[in-house]
Amino acid sequence: MSKQIARREPMPRQDPEVRRKNFEEVALGYSVQEAVREAKRCLQCKNKPCVAGCPVEIDIPEFVRLIAEGKFAEAAAEIKKTNALPAICGRVCPQEDQCEQVCVLAKRGEPIAIGRLERFAADWEAAHSGPASSSGVGNTPPKDRIAKVAVVGSGPAGLTAAGELASMGYDVTIFEALHDSGGVLVYGIPEFRLPRAILSREIEYVKSLGVRIETNIIIGKLHTLRELLESGYSAVFIGTGAGLPEFMGIPGENLNGVYSANEFLTRVNLMKAYKYPQYPTPVKVGRRVAVIGGGNVAMDAARCSLRLGAEEVTIVYRRSRAEMPARAEEIENAEAEGVKLQLLTVPVRFIGDESGFLKAMECIRMELGEPDESGRRRPIPIEGSEYIMEVDTAVVAIGQSPNPVVRQSEPDLVTTKWGGIVVDEETGATSIPGIYAGGDAVTGAATVITAMGAGRKAAHAIDKYIRAKLGLP
Amino acid sequence: MYTIVRTRQLADVITLLEVEAPAIAAKARAGQFVIVRLREDSERIPLTLSDWNREAGTITLIFQHVGRSTHELALAHAGDAIRDVVGPLGNPTRTERFGTVVCIGGGIGVAELRPIAGAMKEAGNTVISIIGARDKSLLILENEMRSSSDELYITTDDGSYGRKGLVSDVLRDLMADGRKIDLVYAIGPVLMMRAIAEQTRPHRLKTVVSLDAIMVDGTGMCGSCRVTVGGKPRFTCVDGPDFDAHQVDWGELVARKNMYLAEEKETLARFHEANSGGCLS
Repeated sequence: MSKQIARREPMPRQDPEVRRKNFEEVALGYSVQEAVREAKRCLQCKNKPCVAGCPVEIDIPEFVRLIAEGKFAEAAAEIKKTNALPAICGRVCPQEDQCEQVCVLAKRGEPIAIGRLERFAADWEAAHSGPASSSGVGNTPPKDRIAKVAVVGSGPAGLTAAGELASMGYDVTIFEALHDSGGVLVYGIPEFRLPRAILSREIEYVKSLGVRIETNIIIGKLHTLRELLESGYSAVFIGTGAGLPEFMGIPGENLNGVYSANEFLTRVNLMKAYKYPQYPTPVKVGRRVAVIGGGNVAMDAARCSLRLGAEEVTIVYRRSRAEMPARAEEIENAEAEGVKLQLLTVPVRFIGDESGFLKAMECIRMELGEPDESGRRRPIPIEGSEYIMEVDTAVVAIGQSPNPVVRQSEPDLVTTKWGGIVVDEETGATSIPGIYAGGDAVTGAATVITAMGAGRKAAHAIDKYIRAKLGLP
Repeated sequence: MYTIVRTRQLADVITLLEVEAPAIAAKARAGQFVIVRLREDSERIPLTLSDWNREAGTITLIFQHVGRSTHELALAHAGDAIRDVVGPLGNPTRTERFGTVVCIGGGIGVAELRPIAGAMKEAGNTVISIIGARDKSLLILENEMRSSSDELYITTDDGSYGRKGLVSDVLRDLMADGRKIDLVYAIGPVLMMRAIAEQTRPHRLKTVVSLDAIMVDGTGMCGSCRVTVGGKPRFTCVDGPDFDAHQVDWGELVARKNMYLAEEKETLARFHEANSGGCLS
């Protein structure tokens, strides 16, 4: 078996001093030699704990073995058996909390870099083959397809559900409200973490499986869920994501210069404000930027701000570093680029000038008390510790709730009081027969791979539902 | 792609586009809007649905040339295509039978008022409409408004047509005359809507306004269009665009609408530069 090395191959990255001024990808990816060396660290465990840690159940030891043997195209094909978006997952999934967390190597050193190898295989395939295409699964003529299924939203959950269903022989159409497909992958995650060319290619692959994507179609307004069911779709999957920004509810939050992270990132990523004025959608980034929150979205907003010319960018987070929900790697990347962390601090009000533009933020220091229901120590304000922080841009990145458009149009769709669609956890079935849901629309803001796992699960449940209805085996 | 089937210049700075969008035409209701992106490198801008033809499968958009995006759109010809049109967005205006409804439109706001006045009339209301503009050349849809109203009053700021003065002057007179009014619906410049709100507030006369906050996606996703209504944050795109005029925080709305003035000026100047260059060469 492979020789064991405690440490993993480091990921080559753009120099922080250079990358903080551009939107090109930060992590450069393994070379062939690095990938093979890393793959050879794998112990090829028989019981494969990593597979159980993967929401889409990729046969990880198998694809890693193929990389170790130099069979890169085969490795990519192996991943694509259960994951249509490997180049995306390899970049943005929190492997450290999933497959890599349960890697046996982690007990004695660093776990195998599964995400980086996944990315390597996908990128290698992209560089060494023609346009994205599947090996014929998508070639079933529409008339021979089992039934029509509609998917609402082209984010990670929708793309995965659609890809799975198309591979099973369904005629699948994704309806996307925005002008571009990808959902949060296109409006939320910046170019320097997920280049658009990579995203486009993986979406092309999903299309090659036989999926149609119709943009500019807002379900809940243009067509309702019922209308989809009545117009020939045997089932609908809702993957509308967590597109409703949360605010803190503190004074001054509507001052000019206070953004939701969704708006800030949508302007920068979807509308390409980083190429302003060539692209005419503006985004206001002042000299001093505060980003409130400690998740990946906060890191993305902070790192975008630096790249857009802010002199000082500070993450303001109410708990300590240990509780930050962002990936450790993203926090390190942000800090290396010059983002400052102001921990155990929370804003209590925004202060504006006479024209309604943000000029400062009053904050209060916090200390950690007993653990709360999330298991993390609860932050408690320290009385009298208020202070003023001068900022001209603030980005509120404290979370997103499920988008309301679909649920507003369908009173029979049972949702939680915070707007999440209630589903059967095993199948994704909602309160309306034939309608399934998954991803952030159900859970509230979570991760790309969790949404993909839910999309995959729902696709199989939809298959079962339609087969039962049609009396098929 | 959404083909433009007809264009008409309603004034020097106001253009009408009739656009092929059968699915939107089938669903459109008074008070709703669409988001339009002309080309790959254009902004997304919200435009009111001024009319729709379900048989022909077209929608009518009327807009004033204000910033780069509307200037760009105004250059489009019949046969050209708009890259993206999404809608119908926003909640339709509530148009039940209220009794007597005064429909007030200022400037380009008349474009949105037209279907609302029509729907109010159809719902069995007596519709008194007041439309106004800076001068005669900017007054639009007079005939259309006349046919959807029981009474129509016209004002211009400079007196070049109709009564000299503001739409709020006519409302004041109607109220002074003791006309029984059950609802006021107003759409136009923020300052006009605010003035109407202040006028009806002391009389507790129910007043609804349609707000045009700055938007990006128009689907509730970004929160750019948030306004404070009744002390609570609301999103114009998914909670509105209609709100109780007496509950709106007008000062905040005015400030928020000015957020990108500098950028709007800059992109418009660049646009004019690029286009005048094109004409000369």
